[in-house]
Amino acid sequence: MNEFLHQLASGLALGGVYAIMALALVMIYQATQLVNFAQGEMAMFSTYFAWKLTDLGWPYWRAFMVTVVVSFLGGVAIERIVVRPFAKAPVLASVIVFIGLALIFNALAGWIYGYSVTDFPTPFDGPPWFGQRYMSAHESGSVLVSLCVLMLVYAFFRFTPLGLAMRAAAQNPTSSRLVGIRVGWMLAIGWGLAAAIGAIAGMMAAPIVYLDPNMMAGVLLYAFAGAVLGGIDNPFGAAFGGFAVGVLENLMGAYVVGSEVKLSVALAIIVGVLVWRPSGLFGRRLVARV
Amino acid sequence: MSRILEVRGLRAFYGPIQALFDLDFHVGEGGVSALLGANGAGKTTTLRALSGLIRRQGDIRLSGKPIGALSTEAIARLGVAHVPDGRGTFTDLTVEENLRLGAYVRSDRNAVRRDFDRMFDYFPRLAERRRQQAGTLSGGEQQMLAISRALLMRPALLMLDEPSFGLAPMVVAEIFRILAAINRDEGVSMLIVEQNASLALDLADHAVLIETGRAAMSGPSQTLRTDDAVRRAYLGY
Repeated sequence: MNEFLHQLASGLALGGVYAIMALALVMIYQATQLVNFAQGEMAMFSTYFAWKLTDLGWPYWRAFMVTVVVSFLGGVAIERIVVRPFAKAPVLASVIVFIGLALIFNALAGWIYGYSVTDFPTPFDGPPWFGQRYMSAHESGSVLVSLCVLMLVYAFFRFTPLGLAMRAAAQNPTSSRLVGIRVGWMLAIGWGLAAAIGAIAGMMAAPIVYLDPNMMAGVLLYAFAGAVLGGIDNPFGAAFGGFAVGVLENLMGAYVVGSEVKLSVALAIIVGVLVWRPSGLFGRRLVARV
Repeated sequence: MSRILEVRGLRAFYGPIQALFDLDFHVGEGGVSALLGANGAGKTTTLRALSGLIRRQGDIRLSGKPIGALSTEAIARLGVAHVPDGRGTFTDLTVEENLRLGAYVRSDRNAVRRDFDRMFDYFPRLAERRRQQAGTLSGGEQQMLAISRALLMRPALLMLDEPSFGLAPMVVAEIFRILAAINRDEGVSMLIVEQNASLALDLADHAVLIETGRAAMSGPSQTLRTDDAVRRAYLGY
């Protein structure tokens, strides 16, 4: 029983990372109906940036904040420079651009920082919280950070004029422009936010999966499975899906399929959901009006 | 009467296809101009060209300032509120959020709050449905919402694309009564596209008849109303 609870708890910790990664995917998906396959590598690159800062002796939280801000600006720049020219291109062209971006970030990280696996610091050191034995301090802290991100993102979209404008621009670009919203910038800000959230996901995942240029490949796949499971057009669903996939992955890895092939759990979830319930658990079924 | 909108030689294009040919017309300060014509004549296209939603050429001036090369967003920010055909409702957002988007570029919060109340006075049904998802409103309510959203921009010029489209006659009458009141009491200048020529001529002081992308006739509403050809073709008596 103890072992089971322990597996459940570590599932939740990584699940939080998947949840916010899934949220980043959904954010871009809602605005463009495209899945950003470079999201994971962008997050990995941000994480290396944070590692470099802590390596230079910066205190953790200062490095964390600076990384989030720089990632936001980087995300905006990527949208403006690389993604924007393909806004009217066919879907496949955009997919190729995303894959290209992923390869570029992967190669850049390897070139700059090398391919050796590195430790990444956690701000949540010390004994487990609240005297329990199932979850390490970092795992608890990681869940807490994930929940904070989810709440902040919710509050941003729900309560701020900019958040409202971004939702409007994603939903009805023409009407948005007619009330004076600069739709192009809303997309860029969306990319910035997704990159910033990805950076946080990377920094929370790195102490668990360790830092190397391929660290986010699995994470992105699980996040994608979470997003599909919850419904890729529904931020809440995607976040829930992320947590669910984290727990499922861990339990399956521990008790059913073994940790070597547990990545295939993600694929099984994706295929299963697409076959049985393509809109996801909480997604909206699209019914076209003719 | 000075002119809020002055259009000379307006041409517009859908891709390589030219849809408007050297259109001239104007909207007087505080006045209402109507664009009349059959289906496919180019009325909606004219509004879309003025808003910069499609490629256009020609001299377009808002209060004397050329706006023919500006982006849609910039034109909206200069005070052109366009209620598009199909009403352009943000269907997944609430009624209140739709209205807040109308006031998105404004920073005068207290005035915005007063304008909200004013819209709810004009259209009490919107007040009742404040928190409801806008996509669940009836067609008439969505038209009222679209007009309110546009008015919350405090526009210099309100452009309406077929506000009567698909609505019951009683609802149409109510909407036109309120439009007339808004024009009279608040001095909002309007450019209105209508299939229903008789309704539009009642509201407008100036009218343009468009046929296949060209201005077939223009002048004071009274002149068009009494023209035999217009009467037979568009007023139906």
